[in-house]
Amino acid sequence: MRLMSGSQILLESLMKEGVEVIFGYPGGVTLPIYDVLYDHPLRHILVRHEENASFAAEGYARSSGKVGVCLATSGPGATNLTTGLVDALMDSIPIVAITGQVPSHLIGRDAFQEADTFGITRSATKHNYLVKDINELPQIIHEAFHVASTGRPGPVLVDVTKDVLTGKAHYHPAQEMEPMPGYSVRLDPEDDEIEAAVKFLWQAERPYIYAGGGVIASEASAELAEFSEILEAPIALTVMGLGAVPWNHPNYISMLGMHGSYAANMGVTETDALVGLGVRFDDRVTGRLDAFAPHAQVLHVDIDPAEIGKNRRANVGVVGDVKHVLRRLNQRLRETKDAQGGENREARAGWMARIREWQREHPYARPYDENEIKPQFLMEKIDELSNGDAIVAVDVGQHQMWAAQYMRFNEPRLWVNSGGLGAMGFGLPAAMGAQVANPSKVVFAIVGDGGFQMALPELSTIASNGLPLKIIIMNNGTLGMVRQWQELFYNRRYSSVDMDCFPNCELLAAAYGIKGKTVDKPGGLESALREALAEPGPYLLNVKVTPEENVYPMVPSGGAVSEMILQPPKPVAVGD
Amino acid sequence: MQQLISLLVENKPGALMRVAGVLSARGYNIESLTVAKTLDPGMSSMTIVADVDPVMGPLLIKQITRLINVVQAVDLTESQSVCRELALIKVTVSPEMRPALLQEADIFRAKVVDAAPTSYTLEVTGASEKLDALIGLLHNYGQVEMIRSGAMAMARSPRSNKSNGFVEASRNTVKAVEPVKT
Repeated sequence: MRLMSGSQILLESLMKEGVEVIFGYPGGVTLPIYDVLYDHPLRHILVRHEENASFAAEGYARSSGKVGVCLATSGPGATNLTTGLVDALMDSIPIVAITGQVPSHLIGRDAFQEADTFGITRSATKHNYLVKDINELPQIIHEAFHVASTGRPGPVLVDVTKDVLTGKAHYHPAQEMEPMPGYSVRLDPEDDEIEAAVKFLWQAERPYIYAGGGVIASEASAELAEFSEILEAPIALTVMGLGAVPWNHPNYISMLGMHGSYAANMGVTETDALVGLGVRFDDRVTGRLDAFAPHAQVLHVDIDPAEIGKNRRANVGVVGDVKHVLRRLNQRLRETKDAQGGENREARAGWMARIREWQREHPYARPYDENEIKPQFLMEKIDELSNGDAIVAVDVGQHQMWAAQYMRFNEPRLWVNSGGLGAMGFGLPAAMGAQVANPSKVVFAIVGDGGFQMALPELSTIASNGLPLKIIIMNNGTLGMVRQWQELFYNRRYSSVDMDCFPNCELLAAAYGIKGKTVDKPGGLESALREALAEPGPYLLNVKVTPEENVYPMVPSGGAVSEMILQPPKPVAVGD
Repeated sequence: MQQLISLLVENKPGALMRVAGVLSARGYNIESLTVAKTLDPGMSSMTIVADVDPVMGPLLIKQITRLINVVQAVDLTESQSVCRELALIKVTVSPEMRPALLQEADIFRAKVVDAAPTSYTLEVTGASEKLDALIGLLHNYGQVEMIRSGAMAMARSPRSNKSNGFVEASRNTVKAVEPVKT
C-alpha cells in the first residue's frame, strides 16, 4: 500500500467517482492540491472568479446529468463559491465543492484567509463536511458524491484542512457506503399511494400535468410523454423542466407561471385535477397561492417528502422518484383504462379541445420591426438555427424569459438556467461548463448586457481554453426586467437601470483574441448568427434590441395566474 | 405556537447547528433545548420547544427530517408524551422561614442539594408548569436564582421496543397520502 499525501488521496478519490474535470481557482491552502494537479490526469479549468467555478460546475451538471466539481481556496475562495452553491440547492443540481481550510491548529485563531466555511455553507448546501482527519477523506468524498447525486440532488461541500492535504496516509479507497442512518432515499412509491393516484386520475374531467426539474433529474421524459398520452392530458413545464418533453409533443402547452403561455395559465386555472411531477409549487409558478388552480384537487409526486404539501395541500401525495412513480402509474393506468377510463372520456376530450383553442387564440406574440431587432425576433432566429438540438445557457432577466418562451427543445438537458435563485452572472460560466461537458455540441450563451458584465472576466477562460461558445448578448442597454417592473409598478421611475458605457464588442472580443460583432438591424441578424455558428472558436455577438420591450404574458407579482397581463397597458390620455 | 419536537440525531459536529438552522432561518425562537447522547453513543437525542407558526409546524418536522444527520424527528406537541424538566433553584431564606420553605419544597418533591446559612438550593423535576408553580411560591421567601434544563420529552406507549421511545416511523415510511374526496 502506497503512502500518499492527502492531496493525492483527494484527487484519487475524485477520479474514483468518475470525475473528469474540475473548475477551480488556486490559493494558499490549496497549493498542495495544485502541486499534485501539475502532472495529474484530472483536467483542471482555471476560471477567473470562484463564483464562476461553481456556476461552471452547475452548467456541467445541468447539461450532462453528471456531478459537477469545483475547487477553491479557504476564506474568500470559499465565500465566492457560495452563490453557486445556493443556486444548485434551489434547483436541485448535483455539484461537489472542495475548499481548502487553514491548518487544524489555526482554526478559530482568525488565521490568514480563514473563514468558517462549514458554518457559512451549512444552509447553502444539501450537506457539508469539515475534514480534519486524513483517514476519513476517501469515505467522505465517496459520501459527498452519493449525497449530491441521489434522492433530491443538490450541492455538497467538503472543507479540507491544509494539514490533511499535506499529511500522509495509506490510501484505502472507499469500497462501499458506510451506513448513513439519517439518509435514505425512497425511489419506489407504496402500492396504496399508486392506487390512490390511479383513482384520482380517472376521476378527473380536466386533468393537467405540471412537470418540472424533477422529471429531468430522474430522466423520466419518455415516461412523462406516455403518461400524458394514456391520460390524454396537457403538459405544462416549469422553467426548470423545459425540454422534459420534446417541444413538438402534441400535448405540450409550453411553460406556465409568471411569464407562461396563455393556454398553460388558463389551463391550470380551470383544471379539476392538477398533477404536479417533480415540482415545488414555486411562487413564480403559482402567483397568488390561494388563487392558483382554484378548482383543482392535487396529486403531487416528489422524491422529497418535505415538498408534499409545502406550498399547496396535496389531496394525494406520492413520495418517490418521478421515473419510478410514472412507470408504475403508466402500467396501472393502462390496466385500468378500459374499466375506469371511459367514464370521463368525453369530458376529457372537451377539455383538450378547449386547451387547443386557448393555444390558437393566444400564442406568444411575434413582434417584428424592420428597423430594430425585437428581442422576441432574436430568440426566434436563434431557435431556428439551433434546430432544437443546441444547448442554450441563459442568464437571468427578460432574455431568460423570452428564451424560455421561444426556444424549442428536442430533448432534456439542453436548457441551462438559474431558475430558483435567479442569479445574474450565471449564464456565461454555466455555458462554459456545458461546453466542457458537451464538446461536440453547439452551445449558445444568451445573456443580457447586465449579466454579461457580471461574468465578463470569463471571456479570458473561454478564449484560453478555446471553448467555442456562441455568446449572444441581448443588448437593450438596460436592466430590462427591473426596468419592466419599474414601468409597470413604479410609475416609470427608472432608477439605476441604465447600462451605459457598454464596451465596443468588436474591440472587446479582439482584446481577448476572439471574434466579435455588433448587429442592430433585423436584416443583418441571421447572417451574423450564421457567421457566429460557422466560426470554429468562440464568438461574441452583441445584438442591439428594442430597449423598451416587455415580456408578456405577465402575472403581476402576488397576482392570480389567471389575471395575467397579455400586452402593454394602453396609454392613459392626459385629463382622463 | 409552542411546538415540542423530539429528535434522534447523529452525534457529530455541526448536527445541532443544522437543526437550529432550520428554525432560525425561519425566524423561530428556540424556547428550550436539551441534547445528550443515547444508549448508542453515536446518536444523540434532542428535545426542542420552539415558538412556531402553527401552519408551518408539520412542514418543519419534514424539513428537519430531511437533514442528513437527523435520523428521526417527531412532533410530540399533540401526542401522548412524558415531558419533564429539571430546575436548580437557589432561594435566600431567613432562619425563621426555613421550616416553612422545606415543607413547601416537600409538597413539590424538591430536594435540598445545598444549604448555606442564608439560602437553600433545591433540585426539582417535573412538568414545566409544576416548576413554574414552585418558583412562584419561592419568591415569597426571598431572592430566587434558578437554572432550568428545558423540557425533555419521550413518547408514551412506544409501539416498538426501542428504549428511546421513538415510534417506528422513519423517513422510509413517511407518507403524505390523504383520501381523495369523492
